[in-house]
Amino acid sequence: MRTDTGFLRNLGKRRGSQEDWRRERLDRGLKVRTEGLYAVSSWREILYLVGPRALLVLGLLLLPVLAPNLYWQRVLCVAGAYALLAITFDFLANYVGLVCVGGAFMTGVGGYVSGIFTYYLGFPWPVSILLGTVLGAVIVTLLWLPSLPLRGIYFAILTFMFPFLARGIILALDAFGGTLGLGPVYGADNIWVENYLVIAVMLVAVFALRRLVGEDVGILFLGVKDNDLAVLASGISITRVKAKGLFIGALGGCFAGAYIVHLYNFMGTSLFATDFSILPIAATVMGGSGTLVGPMLGALILTPLSELLRGFGQLRVVLYALVLIGFIMFKPEGIVNWLTRKYHQFEQWKKV
Amino acid sequence: MTDERILEVTDLAKSFGGVRAVDDVSFNLNRGEIMGVIGPNGSGKTSLVNLITGFVKPSSGKVLFKGQDITGKAPNKIADYGIARTFQVMRPYGSLAAYKNLIVPLTSPRVKRATGGKLGDRDAVAIDILEEVGFERDAYVPYKVASSLPLGYLKRLELARCLALRPELIICDEVFSGLSMAEIATMVPVVERLRINGITLIMIEHRLRELFSLANRVIVLNFGSKLADGPPDEVMARDEVKAAYMGTEVAATC
Repeated sequence: MRTDTGFLRNLGKRRGSQEDWRRERLDRGLKVRTEGLYAVSSWREILYLVGPRALLVLGLLLLPVLAPNLYWQRVLCVAGAYALLAITFDFLANYVGLVCVGGAFMTGVGGYVSGIFTYYLGFPWPVSILLGTVLGAVIVTLLWLPSLPLRGIYFAILTFMFPFLARGIILALDAFGGTLGLGPVYGADNIWVENYLVIAVMLVAVFALRRLVGEDVGILFLGVKDNDLAVLASGISITRVKAKGLFIGALGGCFAGAYIVHLYNFMGTSLFATDFSILPIAATVMGGSGTLVGPMLGALILTPLSELLRGFGQLRVVLYALVLIGFIMFKPEGIVNWLTRKYHQFEQWKKV
Repeated sequence: MTDERILEVTDLAKSFGGVRAVDDVSFNLNRGEIMGVIGPNGSGKTSLVNLITGFVKPSSGKVLFKGQDITGKAPNKIADYGIARTFQVMRPYGSLAAYKNLIVPLTSPRVKRATGGKLGDRDAVAIDILEEVGFERDAYVPYKVASSLPLGYLKRLELARCLALRPELIICDEVFSGLSMAEIATMVPVVERLRINGITLIMIEHRLRELFSLANRVIVLNFGSKLADGPPDEVMARDEVKAAYMGTEVAATC
């Protein structure tokens, strides 16, 4: 395919009445047979495909530098943790079929496990975070194993209750510092390390999950989501498949918890705050469900926005509600799905 | 046809509350047979399938598959032994391309065991199987998203999903229903080929003409219990079958 004009120069320009030109969608030559299968034949097409991804990576890497002061750099850290929770929610809901509204339980378990390693056992923070992530995900998966046969809203309700349950148990037993929590839990104490750590994990999570959903195990996850009975009829245990998916998702949620503990140098029952369960949902709806990138962007927009409204206290929940309602009513597909559609509709003029 | 018993069902029953959905049904199935299961709506045909394949636990009775007791086992275990089934209400993995639908059974433990984990290019195998059940081998149809396929292809996809599991017994729950005469005409040889390839079939059908051209034996269910069992023409000649199917007055005038 030879294009006569560079598409960048001609985007959106109408050529009036010249008959020997016609418009063609940019992705026309790229999509041969199916979504996600491309035939790339020129640097322009490579740019078309790589461009958005490169823009995303560069943009994220620049964020800490662009942040005006330490305060906003801290906000970025928290936003990163929320972004991971949002990615987890999106992955579990749209690729495994588990609507998990218990993000706070993941942050809580991941946070407490990693905090215990640092505070009581004196492990260095990177090891603690790693242990908190993996062990936390194992614990979450095991505790939710009995509820995996539940579907849809029933699973959502059960997972939503878990943070309250855990918080109640910790308060009742006065364990791990009880109401007061425990501190100091020494972390990196270097804002740049903290910034880039969460950005790196976010990028790895998004790209790894996008790769994963195309692999065999990802197809099994989708199979369970679309029709779990047919997966059963294919001789595969759906509980095992769901447990695998839950474990992978919980890795993200538990990392967020472990990371926050070492960011605040403190662990307490605030790790089970309902915000960790709710904001990721708003971020997913806003960013575009099923895109994985969208929820991440949604969280990166919503968290600073909610920081700006800190003065309003609990009224911030109204913000989430407004965002949810607004997007569901006016743009239910979310930002990234909308952008993707528009991006695929870019046209170029071709000589006929 | 060998006389090897592949399936033995003894006094299988299921009650839902006070309703006997399946009422002490017994039959034997030899390897290589195509057995039809017919009966009016609500006579317990699909319930029978659900009981055999483990999707519903039987209240009483026994199911032996190749001499092994599989009564009340988990559905994935029973599928793992080699019993595949189609679903009357087709729900493909809608967000996946048609051929990707087959990746699920192709990654199942049973197929892994049969191929020693070396199946090769799974996508190619999937497309071969789709062709076997009557998908065009072109650059288009097998790659379409399953939810956009028309009914005829969905039925074939159901069958393909069973076939990918390399089963010994396939239970088809109304694979002909909703298809046009032309589509059925192309579907019948597909089923015939399955039998030639050594797969035993149980076919639940309402399309009697096509069923009788395939099946060598038919059982008739009515209100959950077995009414008749035998070769198709013999079974259909019986008065009680006519009565169950068409009502008593019509049967009397036949």
